[in-house]
Amino acid sequence: MKFGVVIFPGSNCDHDMIHVLRNIMHQEVVELWHKDTDLQGCDMIILPGGFSYGDYLRSGAIARFSPIMEHVIRFSEKGGYVFGVCNGFQILCEAGMLPGALLHNDHHKFNCKNVFIKAENNTTLITSGVDTSKALKIPVAHGEGRYFADAEVLAQMNANGQILFRYCNENGAVDAASNPNGALENIAGVCNAGKNVFGMMPHPERAADAVLGNEDGRLLFESILAMVKA
Amino acid sequence: MKFTADINIMPLKALLDPQGKAVSGSMSNIGLPQISNVRIGKHITLELEAATEEEAKGMVDTACRKLLANMIMESFEFTVAKA
Amino acid sequence: MTKTMYNPISTSDDAKELGLLPEEFEHIKQLLGRVPNFTELSIYSVMWSEHCSYKNSISWLKTLPRKGPHLLAEAGDENAGLVDIGDGLACAFKIESHNHPSAIEPYQGAATGVGGINRDIFTMGARPIAQLNSLRFGPIESEKTKWLVRGVVKGIGNYGNAFGIPTVGGEVFFDECYNTNPLVNAMSAGIVEVGKTVSAISTGVGNPVYIVGSATGKDGIHGAAFASKDISANSAEDLPSVQVGDPFTEKLLLEATLEVIATGAVVGMQDMGAAGIICSTSEMSAKGEHGMNIFLEKVPTRQANMQAWEILLSESQERMLIVVEKGKEKLVEAVFEKWDLNCAIIGEVTDSKRLNFFMNGELLADVPAESLVLGGGAPVYQREYSEPAYFAASKNFKIEQIEEPTNLQEIAHYLSGHPNLASKRWVYEQYDSMVGTVNMSTNAPSDAAIVNIKNTNRAIALTVDCNARYVQADPEQGTAIAVSEAARNITCSGGEPSAVTNCLNFGNPYNPHVYWQFVHAIKGMSKACEKFKTPVTGGNVSFYNQSSYDGPVFPTPTIGMLGILPDRNNRMTLDFKKAGDMIFLLGESVNDISSSEYLYSYHKVKNSPAPYFDLQEEYAVQEFVKALIKRKIVNSAHDVSDGGLFINLLESAIPRNLGFSIGTDFEIRKDAFLFGEAQSRIVVTVDEAHEEMFLELALDSELAVSCIGQVTEGEILVDDAPFGTVAEYKQTYNDALGAHLN
Repeated sequence: MKFGVVIFPGSNCDHDMIHVLRNIMHQEVVELWHKDTDLQGCDMIILPGGFSYGDYLRSGAIARFSPIMEHVIRFSEKGGYVFGVCNGFQILCEAGMLPGALLHNDHHKFNCKNVFIKAENNTTLITSGVDTSKALKIPVAHGEGRYFADAEVLAQMNANGQILFRYCNENGAVDAASNPNGALENIAGVCNAGKNVFGMMPHPERAADAVLGNEDGRLLFESILAMVKA
Repeated sequence: MKFTADINIMPLKALLDPQGKAVSGSMSNIGLPQISNVRIGKHITLELEAATEEEAKGMVDTACRKLLANMIMESFEFTVAKA
Repeated sequence: MTKTMYNPISTSDDAKELGLLPEEFEHIKQLLGRVPNFTELSIYSVMWSEHCSYKNSISWLKTLPRKGPHLLAEAGDENAGLVDIGDGLACAFKIESHNHPSAIEPYQGAATGVGGINRDIFTMGARPIAQLNSLRFGPIESEKTKWLVRGVVKGIGNYGNAFGIPTVGGEVFFDECYNTNPLVNAMSAGIVEVGKTVSAISTGVGNPVYIVGSATGKDGIHGAAFASKDISANSAEDLPSVQVGDPFTEKLLLEATLEVIATGAVVGMQDMGAAGIICSTSEMSAKGEHGMNIFLEKVPTRQANMQAWEILLSESQERMLIVVEKGKEKLVEAVFEKWDLNCAIIGEVTDSKRLNFFMNGELLADVPAESLVLGGGAPVYQREYSEPAYFAASKNFKIEQIEEPTNLQEIAHYLSGHPNLASKRWVYEQYDSMVGTVNMSTNAPSDAAIVNIKNTNRAIALTVDCNARYVQADPEQGTAIAVSEAARNITCSGGEPSAVTNCLNFGNPYNPHVYWQFVHAIKGMSKACEKFKTPVTGGNVSFYNQSSYDGPVFPTPTIGMLGILPDRNNRMTLDFKKAGDMIFLLGESVNDISSSEYLYSYHKVKNSPAPYFDLQEEYAVQEFVKALIKRKIVNSAHDVSDGGLFINLLESAIPRNLGFSIGTDFEIRKDAFLFGEAQSRIVVTVDEAHEEMFLELALDSELAVSCIGQVTEGEILVDDAPFGTVAEYKQTYNDALGAHLN
């Protein structure tokens, strides 16, 4: 599979993502500069984490207007796979490619730690190989990760199976104490109605290298590869 | 008497405003390169109880100096009106 | 051309106003052969400030051990120390203080400290891969402390997180002595291929001199001079303008800098920190034995109508000075264009060895580069010192003065929730500790942070340590302990202690008692660094950490240490692995509670000697632990430090919710056994299967080794008496800081 990782000014998880895709999952990866206009025939475009444009104004608000985004939007409209992690998720929401918005954490602090998340279903590209009864340990690191969408949109998303992950405790129970940022309904990741654009706040690429002692995030990349190759 | 205050807090002119600088730079991305020198501050509204407008202004001034603005980095201006 | 520049001939009053001594003013006149003008005087005042010239410390700093087999750059050679870590790679690392700016504006002060230390690393061509910090504040209960802690932590977090380098370790300590003058020390470590580093040097007549990065504003002008003064009530007004950090620009500058180095066009480069353009131009020129003509009107400025001396001295952040090989200008300009950063030629290299600063055609300053810098013309002073009375008085303390308490469990709870001993989770969760995917300690805690070196089998171990209470009690022993503890942390993590960077935070050097502390700290550091073969590669000195009302802070020589793991699989962790493992204490139990948190905070005895310490014993214990780890005989290793043995065991028990059952030593008071902070002790756990082999090695080692108990499922027992469960302590331990700061 060929992945394109977009590098915005201020992206800082770009190389972590490239490391996992290239050296651990052994896939072809190209770096796409935000001023590029050619997606080089990639099967999936990844918007990595970081602080594009310093997160100034609102996270993702400025990056959303980078030249490449026009092409990423067109790609997704034709059914191309797009995956945003953390700041990438924020950019996708700002660009209107995913419903909802990511607000300041309810405790008003940046928060970096391991959390547990549970896949809502295993019918999407990202969650296809994940056991929905099990909690995955994946780290978060963000100041603006409180997922919000209005009641109507939320109801629709729930009905359409657009919720990818919810924060839970280590036993898989979705409860308030496990919610690291005050996200609505403990939502940690979502997809669009077409189920080809995905976004999540936790960082699966930080939990995919055996050297770091946690490989739960690998399951997501394995899911993608299994589905696309099949 | 009840008053309302509208307060603008801005980064001091002499200081770098990293946020404003980044936003300025991105204006060309949305087709508006004519826009420059963006500076970003805060707008605060509040209500207060005071005997006179003078007293109200004094209280808002104190609130700005002590809490709302960081006097090392920000300047403020405000208007007070009867609610 | 209109002459609008303010540049009169200076007077001795000007010199005094700018913080120069009368004899220094005389010396400048001699060097120039005339009376300096105002611009020139400003230049000397910042370059000869304590901050830039180290004039009151350099003679002692030179006595520190500076040589080691793996050193690629010795102290003072480059912006940061450079250590060969094998596989053709080197680690550049350094620690620096940003105490005074943080006292005035904690958020920006701390943020720009992080920015500055990282620029020191990447200006050498190394990509930063890990950051640490060491913070000290007044009592946590005070509102002012809370304001400072929240601001400093947010500042470090927002800058470091956006810059995108993980914060992997650090320390936070609270004591009254830091009430007015907090300490904010930031450390960074980066990796570069051996032979691909860039020096802060300027050579090649006619080569263009570039300024790149942010535009220059009136930020922190005379900040360097400010950092060399005591903090008083007027300090806030003293600072004409705080420095504002822009981590976004720093991130772009990092990427652009490394790209521009790869083009091969760079002759030399230096970041701009204290004293801005003047510092970089003079240090690079003096080192390269060349001169420069600099045209200040070419410097991109943020404000109109800046005076020449303001442009020269501005401490605007996120800027670099680069000397480029003539003819390769296009290569350099293309990189900065790509990253949307300023890049302007402001002058050229000359063969005059003089710095000539022009503005709109007018020559405003003409000074020999060498005369400005450390090791050149900057003054060097020998300061007077004398032993303070408290030192002898502290030796009068005897443990018998404290009645042995019976409420040990209550004391254990008290200590587990003490801000100096409790978890620093509230702080470190605000830092991105995992970006870069190299932090091996996230899911496997150890005494030092273990950082993976991708594409090799190697890892480095990093730690910052200083128990300043010990240094206050006995500067020489206390500093030797700080070095030993850093080495112990690295050793317990499976690393080989390799080199040191230090941040020497002291009071006013003109106070003979303060200077006595400084001198003895240096002596203690030398002694310990020689023992562990960990040369001092650099760092910084921060004097004047005191206020007119509180007096000087505890002498705080923060030790940043780098360790190497040639094989990262040799890494050792601190957490107990399973119930049933035997718990062994390596090193002597001593009837000692001196300078412990227990004595200081619980019994409120503020004056006692440093805890028991013997450098030879320390070394032997560490060598033994290295052998145990190498032979894979132990399941965990954790050093006994602040809070004593009980806190040590608790820290090992908490990660996996296990407990411990231990027996005390009948020859040692129970409070000393549990809470004393005698040094050179390490706790290891051993699987029953390895017990025999362990005991054999222990016997051979001739060290004091005692089996003190066993790991349990979660209950804590001392001499078979229930002491509570780990779950109870865990909550106190985890939530203590948040309870004060949220």
